[in-house]
Amino acid sequence: MAELSTWESLPIAGAVRPSGAPRTKTGGWRTGEKPAVDVSLCVNCLLCWLYCPDSAVTLSGETFTGFDLEYCKGCGICADVCPVAAIEMVPE
Amino acid sequence: MTDVRLLTGGEAVAHAMRQIDPDVVPVYPITPQTPIIQTFAKLIADGEASTEIVNVESEHSAMSAAIGAALAGGRTMTATSSQGLALMAEVVYIAASMRAPIVMALGNRALSGPINIHCDHSDSMLIRDSGVVQLFAESAQDAYDLTVMAPRIAEDARVLLPVLVCLDGFTITHSAEPVSLLPDDEVARFVGPYRLRNAVLDTTRPTTQGPFAMPDYYFELRRQQAAALEAALDVLEEVAAEFELLSRRRVGALEAYRLEDATRAIVALGSTAGTVKDVVDELRDEHEAAGLLRLVSFRPFPSAAIAAALEGCASVAVLDRADSPGGTPPLHAELAAALYGSDLELAGHVYGLGGRELHPPDVREIFRGAAAPYVGLRGERCPV
Ligand code: SF4
Ligand code: SF4
Repeated sequence: MAELSTWESLPIAGAVRPSGAPRTKTGGWRTGEKPAVDVSLCVNCLLCWLYCPDSAVTLSGETFTGFDLEYCKGCGICADVCPVAAIEMVPE
Repeated sequence: MTDVRLLTGGEAVAHAMRQIDPDVVPVYPITPQTPIIQTFAKLIADGEASTEIVNVESEHSAMSAAIGAALAGGRTMTATSSQGLALMAEVVYIAASMRAPIVMALGNRALSGPINIHCDHSDSMLIRDSGVVQLFAESAQDAYDLTVMAPRIAEDARVLLPVLVCLDGFTITHSAEPVSLLPDDEVARFVGPYRLRNAVLDTTRPTTQGPFAMPDYYFELRRQQAAALEAALDVLEEVAAEFELLSRRRVGALEAYRLEDATRAIVALGSTAGTVKDVVDELRDEHEAAGLLRLVSFRPFPSAAIAAALEGCASVAVLDRADSPGGTPPLHAELAAALYGSDLELAGHVYGLGGRELHPPDVREIFRGAAAPYVGLRGERCPV
């Protein structure tokens, strides 16, 4: 285990930089449903990307590509905000 | 050129804010703070400051927005009183722990209940241990001076904490006095640009601010915060010395008034010091060796300087404008700790709750050692 910092060597207010933070996968918290998309319907409005509380909607540049299921919690917000019903919540 | 104006304490703070011209002021109105933000909003409307005021829905939101603004890289100020501070209290602790250098004017007002709008210091004492700097003004001039000094203390790399400028509700916020303003450009130079050394919200250097701290780090982060508040004592004196060069007025952690050869002293915070000074002058005319120690800085508490200033006194009376039911009132407890081991006689008095006046004859009684523990309370008898 890494040695823990003293109070004097900690960054002010304990601010964390990405380099130092473990990238814990949190997709395992999903409770039974995951989003599935019919890309042929998608009009690339990016509302799902904007609303996803876990930044789990993936883009390539500015183009919708899908979901990062290692972080998605299955909340269904993306499916709810999609204006063309391209996203459907499906069982795991 | 001196610019002396007839201003209330609230207006004086608003003029300091105009000269500082902070980037963001998220605020919610509450008596007796309202004249501060009302005057400041008018100054902005008149084009004399360029601050963005954020009209929030509560004081809880005001402090939350202030943290965001301050850490995103904007100089941020706000103001509140009493119940507003009580509602804000949760977030005041968070502002201190996130080391957000927010400057806040506090128009001191009694906490409910019963509901009351007048001055005491129960609101300040509610957040005594939140980790913020608390500086108490004696007058409108003091409130102006401390407000100009406050960003320098808050933003100092050794401090990075919220600084509260406390001014007694109505007695200072609403009473007009001649106030000497510094030239606008001198204040702008004195406060300088807002440069935050701790990480700001920056998309090119992303950080997590205010992270969860488990038992392995919480204690360390609290200690770091306490060290910053302790460091504020030196920073306050440095800023006070620099401010004195500009203004020829010195407002440091404490003010010793006719204390050098005093055998009896009163220790007090805020506007009451003015009343005590008048009584000290009268007693001096009567050849009584009376003096006053006015505390400006309640947090950090200048224990060593207090002990040194009171060294020659035989008896000291400490005046608390807040009670601690079932315990020792806050200032009394601090004084007892600061003077522990000294053989001077320390008496504690609670006075002025909910705006009850303290009159010069009361102060004389206190100096004579003849006052009851609750000064000015009907039915109270002196124990001796
Ligand atoms: S289900 Fe929720 S967490 Fe998953 S991608 Fe959609 S909005 Fe994001
Ligand atoms: S909300 Fe629907 S249409 Fe818009 S980008 Fe997402 S999937 Fe495509």
